[in-house]
Amino acid sequence: MLSRTAENLYWLTRYMERADTMARLLEVGYRMALMPSAGEGYRNEWASLVAAAGSSAGFEAKFGEDFRQRDVETWLFFDRENPSSVVSCIETARQNGRAVRTALTSEMWDALNGAYLDLRDIERRPRSEALLPQLCDWTKRQGSLLRGTTEGTHLQNDGFDFLNLGYYLERGDNTARLLDVKYYVLLPTTSMVGGAVDTYQWSTLLRALSAYRAFHWSYRGDYTPRKVAHFLILNASFPRSLLHCQQQIAAHLGRLAAAYGTRTVAHDRMQVMLGELSEARVEDVIEEGLHEFLSRFIHQNAALGQDVAHSYLFGVQ
Amino acid sequence: MYDGKQVRPAYRQLVDWVESTSPESLAQKKQEAEALFRRIGITFAVYGEGGDTERLIPFDMMPRVFTEAEWRKLERGVKQRARALNAFLYDVYHRAEIVRAGVVPADLVFRNEAYEPAVVGIEPPGRVYSHIVGIDIVRTGPEDFFVLEDNCRTPSGVSYMLENREIMMRMFPELFRSSRILPVDDYPQRLRRTLASVAPRKCDGEPVSVILSPGSFNSAYYEHSFLADQMGIEIVEGQDLFVQGEFVYMRTTEGPRRVDVIYRRIDDSFLDPLCFRPDSMLGVPGLMNVYRSGGVTICSAPGAGVADDKAIYIYVPDMIRFYLGETPILKNVQTWKCGDPSDRKYVLENLKDLVVKEVHGSGGYGMLVGPKSTKEQIDAYAERIKADPGDFIAQPTLALSTCPTFEDSEGLAPRHVDLRPFCLVGQEVHLCAGGLTRVALKEGSLVVNSSQGGGVKDTWVLAD
Repeated sequence: MLSRTAENLYWLTRYMERADTMARLLEVGYRMALMPSAGEGYRNEWASLVAAAGSSAGFEAKFGEDFRQRDVETWLFFDRENPSSVVSCIETARQNGRAVRTALTSEMWDALNGAYLDLRDIERRPRSEALLPQLCDWTKRQGSLLRGTTEGTHLQNDGFDFLNLGYYLERGDNTARLLDVKYYVLLPTTSMVGGAVDTYQWSTLLRALSAYRAFHWSYRGDYTPRKVAHFLILNASFPRSLLHCQQQIAAHLGRLAAAYGTRTVAHDRMQVMLGELSEARVEDVIEEGLHEFLSRFIHQNAALGQDVAHSYLFGVQ
Repeated sequence: MYDGKQVRPAYRQLVDWVESTSPESLAQKKQEAEALFRRIGITFAVYGEGGDTERLIPFDMMPRVFTEAEWRKLERGVKQRARALNAFLYDVYHRAEIVRAGVVPADLVFRNEAYEPAVVGIEPPGRVYSHIVGIDIVRTGPEDFFVLEDNCRTPSGVSYMLENREIMMRMFPELFRSSRILPVDDYPQRLRRTLASVAPRKCDGEPVSVILSPGSFNSAYYEHSFLADQMGIEIVEGQDLFVQGEFVYMRTTEGPRRVDVIYRRIDDSFLDPLCFRPDSMLGVPGLMNVYRSGGVTICSAPGAGVADDKAIYIYVPDMIRFYLGETPILKNVQTWKCGDPSDRKYVLENLKDLVVKEVHGSGGYGMLVGPKSTKEQIDAYAERIKADPGDFIAQPTLALSTCPTFEDSEGLAPRHVDLRPFCLVGQEVHLCAGGLTRVALKEGSLVVNSSQGGGVKDTWVLAD
């Protein structure tokens, strides 16, 4: 397939996944704002959200250092100056889809185009009617629609692999960032570990990853950094864990290698990352330091994205 | 379709059908059709207007009907014209016999904006320059077909022909069961074979063809991607192609893949920044070198536009006699050249009865329809003609044939139509049994361009 087509498919799903993460983040913020006096950690909950989204500098340049709820909602959902806002993500995803319409099934295009048309409507309505929880639900539903039509209608060919590489590279990155923010940014002093704020923050993090119930099914009982870290990093049965994402990337890269008859630098790096994650114990992670481990993962994951781009998307010369 | 007050026999069955169907059910079908078009996303862009640039082209459910005998005559005429136009193109880029014989004036050819000196002496495969010829035809009587315009570069609209048929078949299967309507859906396969049949000299395997599009922001992008999809070939943009050594390659996830035939939907001037416009971002640097050395075929060939210029149009019947030694089957509409002093005098004196067009214009923009214009409009247009007479031609307003068309208040009413059939030229010459019928939806209007309030309908050729 054309490299540009593969590139469009890859970014299409990356942006849809990112829109999904932004919606989850906003949901967390909304929930935290309902809880009185939770804000003893980072400057305030809304500031921590923008930090988790990785766009503090952009926000402060536009709105200043007061992280007011309305501004943060605007920034993370509506603002086109923020390339990772929900609106920006869905528009970019749709643009990528439009450029390769013949590579999408009509059901996938309907899902993508429908999201875009709905967004137009939402933007036309007065802000007072656009309630945040509903917007977040809507966003997650659009992500599920595209995901579902892709699974249900797309040929299981190389295009399908590029779509999935986009999903899982983005998802691994997002999980790692959210976990890192909770551990490193939200809770600046170790003395607060285990307190009410700490517990509350862990449960909010799990909700942000749609993993609240899943965690309790798997681990029961109290939150400990060790359990949550194990769940989000090393539990392959949780669909947003780093290991699960890595396994899926390995599967799709493997299918590409089989279809094209060659392995690439992306396969080399994937193999190293998968090897480490599969064998790791949570003790190893804690010993290295959760923040250090996650930073290293985010860095490697980005490098893997680069390798995929160089191997397939930019056109091999 | 009207024969005096009577409906022609070919339409009998259709009229019976309309009369036996309730108006409510017809209105509902119309809504269904529009919803289908919108869903598929068939839109066209209107230039020079603010607001929403993507619009739905109005679709009329009443098809236009030809009998097979009528169609065979038309077919002979269109193929004859397509062959002559290609012979003319080969000639003007080689020995220019037709100019030397004094049949076509030298300045109209060699100083034509569409004449491309960069391709002089190049031998395109099969000596074909225009691989898809779209000829706009109007009918003024049972036996009288007139050509309005030739389109030798990249005539558009074929996706409407195919989608109109698709929608008609989905909505009115009973009509297709009872009438024997020649199919049009072989067009994409024919086009694919046509492209393969003009593979370049250096192609040594199964030829790889692609469609080169300006990208998803182009108004005809839907058609480009539709055709690519139907033919099972890649739709590429300039950035997907590159030249290395003697060949053109596309960038794929499996590495470079050689491209043999490029069906381009971008203008000559954008094809290769090293040869034409240096600021072109749409083209492929070095493409023309590969083309010259027989490493790739470009369809239509660069320079093909010189044959469909409105000033050259006048000479097409002469071309048919000159190259083929045949009598032209399709007639030209009488045309006055404003660059010629005596023609100009006649045109200026009779503006109220004439249609005046810009020589290089298209899409129905910038034209004057005398009988439909006010005195002020006519006077203003006369000034434009006087300022630059060489830029204008004039034609009589024809008594165009009409076709029954659904109209909101009256039900069926006659409306003026024209027809663009699509002729493929490769190793063989083939005319698809159908075409794009455009209809002027306003009562009495003669302008059928979609940008000027025209619509489209399906075109049926009934087997004998």
